[in-house]
Parts: sequence; C-alpha cells; structure tokens
Amino acid sequence: MKRILIAILSLLLLCGSLVSASAQATDWQQIKIPALAPFEPKQPKRIQLPNGMVIFLQEDKELPLIDGVARIRGGSRDEPLAKTGLTDIYAEVWRTGGTKSQTGDQLDDYLESRAAKVETDNDADSTTISLSCLKGDFDDVLKVFADLLREPEFREDKIDLAQREAFDSISRRNDEVSEIAGRESLKLAYGSQNPYARVAEYATIGAVTRQDLLDWHHARVQPNNIILGLVGDFDATAMEAKLRQVLGSWPKGPEVKKTDITFQPAKPGYYLVNKADVNQSTIRMVELGIMRNNPDYYAVTVFNEALSGSFASRLVRDIRTARGLAYAVGGGIGSAFDHPGMVRLVVGTKSGSTVEAIQALYEDIDGLAKNPISDDEIQRAKDSILNSFVFNFDTPDKVLREQMAYEFYSYPADFLQRYRAGIEKVTKADVARVAAKYLHRDQLAVLVIGNTAEFDKPLNSLGTVTNVDITIPPPPGQEKGIEAKVK
Amino acid sequence: MRKLALKCLAILFTLSALAAAQDLASFEKRVTVKTLDNGLTVVICERPEAPVFSFFTHVDAGSTQDPLGKTGLAHMFEHMAFKGTDKIGTKNYPAEKVALEKVETAYAAYIEERDKTIGRDDAKLKNLEKAWQDAVKEANQYVDSGKFNGAEGVNAFTNYDETAYHYSLPENRLELWAYMESERFLHPVMREFYKERNVVIEERRMRTDSDPFGRLLEQFYTAAFQAHEYHRPTVGWMSDLNSFSATDAKNFFDKYYIPSNMVIGIVGDVKAGDAIPVIEKYFGRLPTREKPDERTTTEPPQRSERRVILQDVSQPIYLEGYHRPDTHNADDAVYDAIADLMSNGRTSRLYRALVRDKKIASDAAGFTSQPGTKFPHLFSFIAVPLPGHKVDEIEAAVHVEIERLKNEDVSDAELQMVKTRAKADLIRQLDSNQGLAYQLGYYQLRYGDWRELFRSVDRIDKVSKADIRRVANQTFQPSNRTVGVIENVMPAGKRGGEQ
Repeated sequence: MKRILIAILSLLLLCGSLVSASAQATDWQQIKIPALAPFEPKQPKRIQLPNGMVIFLQEDKELPLIDGVARIRGGSRDEPLAKTGLTDIYAEVWRTGGTKSQTGDQLDDYLESRAAKVETDNDADSTTISLSCLKGDFDDVLKVFADLLREPEFREDKIDLAQREAFDSISRRNDEVSEIAGRESLKLAYGSQNPYARVAEYATIGAVTRQDLLDWHHARVQPNNIILGLVGDFDATAMEAKLRQVLGSWPKGPEVKKTDITFQPAKPGYYLVNKADVNQSTIRMVELGIMRNNPDYYAVTVFNEALSGSFASRLVRDIRTARGLAYAVGGGIGSAFDHPGMVRLVVGTKSGSTVEAIQALYEDIDGLAKNPISDDEIQRAKDSILNSFVFNFDTPDKVLREQMAYEFYSYPADFLQRYRAGIEKVTKADVARVAAKYLHRDQLAVLVIGNTAEFDKPLNSLGTVTNVDITIPPPPGQEKGIEAKVK
Repeated sequence: MRKLALKCLAILFTLSALAAAQDLASFEKRVTVKTLDNGLTVVICERPEAPVFSFFTHVDAGSTQDPLGKTGLAHMFEHMAFKGTDKIGTKNYPAEKVALEKVETAYAAYIEERDKTIGRDDAKLKNLEKAWQDAVKEANQYVDSGKFNGAEGVNAFTNYDETAYHYSLPENRLELWAYMESERFLHPVMREFYKERNVVIEERRMRTDSDPFGRLLEQFYTAAFQAHEYHRPTVGWMSDLNSFSATDAKNFFDKYYIPSNMVIGIVGDVKAGDAIPVIEKYFGRLPTREKPDERTTTEPPQRSERRVILQDVSQPIYLEGYHRPDTHNADDAVYDAIADLMSNGRTSRLYRALVRDKKIASDAAGFTSQPGTKFPHLFSFIAVPLPGHKVDEIEAAVHVEIERLKNEDVSDAELQMVKTRAKADLIRQLDSNQGLAYQLGYYQLRYGDWRELFRSVDRIDKVSKADIRRVANQTFQPSNRTVGVIENVMPAGKRGGEQ
C-alpha cells in the first residue's frame, strides 16, 4: 500500500531512464515471433438522446467499478482575454462550490465515505466532469454527478479559495525551469496573445465573478453540448435506460459557437531567459506544427519516431549517446486534432555547452537534407509504431476514450484503423518531404533558459537575441509591495 | 451530514470487504510463483483481457548499496543496462573487449594523477587525459549503435531500495523478451560508459541542481539521515559521478545482480504453463552467486531537531520529517492510515485545516515511505504556503494537527473512511497489467509473498483509534524531527539577511 506519494517527490526520487531501446542480436532473430492472435477490441455502444447528448457505454466486468466522464464543448481558449484563467476557477468551483442542495464540503464527505470521486477539470477546448466509484454506489454517485451538471451553486467561499490558489500558482510560475519553458515556448510558437498560449495574471483571476461562472455554465453545459462516456461493471441496456431517465428530460440548449483563432508563424530568432540559480540550460526550438487530419500526419509520425522516438533515433543517438551532451533530448513535428500542434525540439545541457548543444541540434536538422532518414531507419520506426499499435486499444477504457475524442473532434470512428494503414504506406520520400515541409531551421524561435554567466559562448554569437521578461505583474494596487516576491 | 455518512458506510463496508475477498480468491487461481534453481523468482498473473503483457524486473539493489565514494553507481548501472551485450550492439566483440580494457587502464592512470594531493603533474595529467580519451575513441569504433531495435524497448528506474526494469509488449513477443531481458543480465558490456556518465550528470543537473525542490529535498534527506545510507542521493554526488569507472559499475553488477536478488512480475495474456519453460530456458542461464553482505548502518535515534533552511529565489515550501521503522514493522499499516487520514482528498485533516479553514496553504499533505521503505525511513509533512503567509504559520498549523492526532481519538467516520478507501484503492490498482506487475513483484521481493498486497489492506482494516494515538505519540516528537524550508529571498546581489 505504498501509494500515497506526492507526485513531485516520486519524480525526484526515481531516477528514470529515457524511453526505450534495446537491441538486435546475432541470435535474437532466430527467435520465433508467432503471429499476434486477431484481437477485435469491444467497441462502446453509442447512443444519442433526443436532447442531443451523445453517450458511449463500454461494459468491462473484470472489477466491480464504474468510471465515467462527460466532456463539454468550450474551454480556456474561449475565455475573454480580461478574464484569462476563468475556466481554471470555474473547473475548481464547479465541484467545490457544491449544488443547490449540498455544499461542496458535504459532497466531499458523501463521496469520500464511499471511496468515490466526482471531479471537474478544464482544458483548452473543453471542461470535464468525471466520476469513479464501486458499482454498488453508482446510483448515489450518479445523483451527485447529475446535480452538478444541472444545478451547481458556485458558492462564494470556494471562489475565494480557488482564486487564492490561482494567485499562489501565479507567484510560483517562475520557480521551475520546465514550467517557464513550457509557457514561454507556447507563446513563441503561437503568439503571446493566442488563446492557447496566454496566461492568467493576478488581475485576470481577480476579475472573475460568481456571475461569470454561472453564465459560463449555463451557456455551455447543455445536453447537446455534452459527450458522456461510461466504462465498467454494468449492463449497457440497463445503464442506457437509467441514463435516459436521469438525463433524457433535460431540454436542449443553445449551440456553442467555436471561437475563431488565428495562428501566426513564430518569429525566428533567439529568446533568452537568464536564470542565475541553475547550472543547466533548457533549450526549446519551436514553430507551428500540423493538424492530425493532415494527410501528412502518418509520414510525420514515422519521421518523429526516427528523429527521437528511441535510443536508436537520431537526436538521442547523436546528442545524448554519442556526445553525452544531454539527458533530455527529443522532439518532432507536433499535431493536434483541431488546431496546429507545435514543432518542438528540446534539449537540456550544462550551462557550459549551451551554444554547442544548439549547434548540435542544427547539425541534426541540416543532416536531414544531406543525409535523409534511411530505409533502415524508416523500417525501424514503422516496426516500432506498428508493434506497439495494440497498446492504443488494449483496455476498454482506452477504446472508449478514443471514440469520445473522435466524436468530439468529428473525426471518423475508424481513425485508428486508417492510422495503421497510413503508417504502413509511408515511404522514404514521404518522410524526407514532410521533414523539409514542416521543420525549418531558419524559421525556428529558439528559447534558452539558463545561467548566462556560465555559457560556453554568448548566445548572440549565433544571432539576434531578445531578452524575455518573465517578471510577474503584481496584483492591481500592490505594484510596490509585491515586487520583491515575484521575480 | 456525518450521521448520513456513517449510515452509508455501514452498507458500503460489507460490499467492499466482499469484493476484496473475491479478488484475493480470484488471484489465487490466476497467480503462479516459480523460483528457478538459480534463485530467481517469477510471479505470473494471467489476465487475458487483451493480447499484451507487462513485466517488471525488480533487482533488490538500489543506491543504498552504492559503495562509499561511489554514490550514483546503482543508477549508473541501470543506464548501462541499455547499452547492449557481447552480441548486441557490437561490430566485433573480441576487439571491443580489448579496447574497453585499455580504456579502463588509461582512466585509472588519469584518475590516480588527477586525485593526487601532493605532487600532481599538470602536464602529465593532460597527457593521461588525452590517452584516456583516445582509448575511448578507439573503443567507440566497435559500437554498432545504429542497429538497435526500438520496438523491444524497456524503461527502468533506480531508487534507494531497488532497481527495476519494465515494459509492455504484445503477447507474441514473450520469448524474444525473455531472451533480451536475460541476455543483458548475463553479458552486459560497459560500452560508452564515460559518455553515459555525462548523461547522468545532466540528469543530476536537471532533477536536483537546477530545481529548487530538488535542492531542498537533497539537503533535507542529508540532514535527516546521518549514519544510514539514505543520506546519500540516488543520482550521486557530483564528485563521485566524475570519478567512478566502468570497472566499478561492472563490479557493482557482479556483486548485486544475482538471481536470488531478482523477482520478475509478469501480468497479462500469458499462460504460466507456457511461459515458465521459456523463462527457465533463458533466465536459468544466469549464474548463481553468493549473496553479498548487505548490512547497512542503523540510523541511531535522533537526539535533537535539525533544520535545513534554503534561501532561494523560488517561493517558500515547508517540509518536516520524523524517523519511523521500516516497512516490516507491525505498525506499518498505522502509518499508512495516518497518511491517508491527513492527506487524502478534501476531507483530509490537513486540507481542511490549512487550505480550507485557515486559508494559509494551497496544499498540504502527510506522506510516508520516503526516501525508501526497506530500512527505517521518514514520515513527512509538506505544505505550500499561500502568498503572504509565513512558513512559521504553516509549521504551527501542521503541529496543531499533529497534536490532535496524539491527544484525541479520530472519529469513527474518519477511521471508517480510511479503511473503505484502502479497499477501494486496492481494487482500482488491479486493472493495470503494468501496475500489477510492479505490485506483485514488489510484494514478492520485499515480503516473500505477493499476497501481502492484499494483506496490507487487511492490516489497515485492523488499525484502531488507540493505534493511531500511540504511533503518533511515538513518532511525532520534536527531537525526532528534521525540518526543511525554502525561504524566498531576492535574487543574488539583493539579499538582505545574508551573512
């Protein structure tokens, strides 16, 4: 029962190795690999209620548990700029603020006494409410779940609490290099005001009111805007009847309009954050990536695998194994379902080899044209992707989540089958073409977070450097008092 | 509300107790344990839900076994276990072997000169370093790195107590896996060692030196343990990382990677009857070796509070830890119960007191099992102060909650909640091949019986209110405490209170 570890502690105490690898041998090829038995994962049952709600039911009777999640269209990318962070507060207080009939604290007692969970969360394009319980408690837990969907109360004391916690996160956002790197590289790739990249400030969190949360909820949490998925030990027919009874009478609401977002190409150049308390530089090279419905997606996937997917891949072999410059190195052409992903190359190296590591990455990018990914490398990459293909659907829960994602983004339900066929068809020419098409050495924004006093060469020996100011704007009215604390 | 909770609990209790019992009974039928003649133990759990399986190879050697002056060696070997064998990853092993021996000779000569305190000859040192680097280059020409096949990849980690290797594979690759996994413990080759050592040094820079919490934690454990090996970081001290050799790593392997120190958990679409002969064929090749002397120094009782204050540009964090016995102690489950009671979810005492009511922290928790569990370790508390709240306030509030534990019985509802959660959490752990492979192997290794996974929940069920008070009084005493704090200061050059 050694399970109660704080995530940060376990991360620090386990010294993990980078993903994967092993080997090919003289005699390992003599070992027979029988054909994998045909495996057709069970697909969830799809139901659409007359009010528009889409429900997926996936039976899994191995353990006496039921888990579920409802995904609702609309997320942080739809927030007003002046209230950036609204959905962070919303997603916290939706649950902690309770329902009309019960406070959040009462819900905590009610659920925890059953070892059950109902939790709410948010993402860029959606918010979610999830449940997890022993099957015998399902009716009790479903009631809480449905009450939170229909009648959340957003009590003021919990809004206050959520705002304090958000202020705390803001005050700590420059403590960890990885957090700075994630945030600032997103701004460079997408533009600092892009809804996927902008960040909450004391002022924008402070501007969020209870009415904002109620308005957000009533505008979006409507049955025709919800995809619900359940997996676990239930009979799908009986579950369908139950859900029709609990959720079927909920009338249809207004449709939600998707916010139009424009993506500007990254501004190439060097971007520097000087941090005196580190002895390792964190380097990220970024530009706009692709959408997952791009026909090039399959070639890009094979390219990414060959570039950094294993110990045998180019970046890991050249920068980590052969040169010992980095523990963490990798990257590729990123993709997302409904907006461009990010092209991103990442390396972490000692301050004294910062420029050397950037040049090593450049060498590998240039190498793609001079010495294109070979047939051997492509075969290895494809084998790796296809051999592990079954792990896309080896549990009923994964199958359910895949189907929910395709429904949410209007992708074909057989996307995974198409994916396998697409990967198989990728050729050497395809990989060379997508590498040239989407990864541009001279268009990358290069972010460096490090201790400049220890660099091997000044960063401006490579090109024009823009200093990135990460000072946290103080809360309105406290411009002087808090300055000392926020650097 | 509390009344309602109690009523519901009574109903739930019977249900989940039944469920847990069913689980153990069903597992008895599906789990096979086999100890090979050389002492290696395999625990196989048949779970044919999908044509895949996961494995976890537990090696009962972690950084606690690092020799003096060579901290980080267990973790370093873990990295080397990915470098291939005498058949995998080489263009010409006989020639490579000779070249690698030359590297070691050259490195030993270099280190001897480098570490001279009297009469070091800098010109000679330069030549020796060049000779070593030349030998490395010579050996590198035999490395066949491009031929590695990523498809059979493996992940791994090292902690204070053990090193573990794990991965998930399609079920048709069981024999291939058995070959690969046994081969690297049969014929590991320390190729590209000194480049990989630099990779590990970068790992240390990333996780510890350049991370404020990493810096705090290292200082905290160093202060809390003064005699026992838990005072040394798993990743290793920088000077040791810059000194130990490939020969040291190979010696570590020879001493500790012995079959009787290994337990492999395998869970998934695997039939024990088919798998055991395959495992015997490959893992049976590992030579039996004598168990090494694994005695460690017992941490003596702490006589006074210790404090580690890090003045740092990052925001404040409060940490305190108390020595507690190892995981075989009869009170182990009581510590688990206390951790759950104090930390699990929004009903936990620390959340309610520090976050919800006093509004001085954004998060707070009590946790056990760190830095390891095999030896006496720490029960710790962590709290993250909200802006404007001082660490002293946090410390006082944590102590109020600890005093409550010592002086007042916990309520029936709270204790029942802990027990109910333990059972439900056990069930939730059973639905992942990888998680189960880890757990079954871990309990088999640490307790000699995988059933301890289930029994540990039974033991939590037997924890009484008096147990909690007794253990809290025994453990949470000021003289048994180590405190670790990050205090926020202005960036360098602007510090006020610094000496």
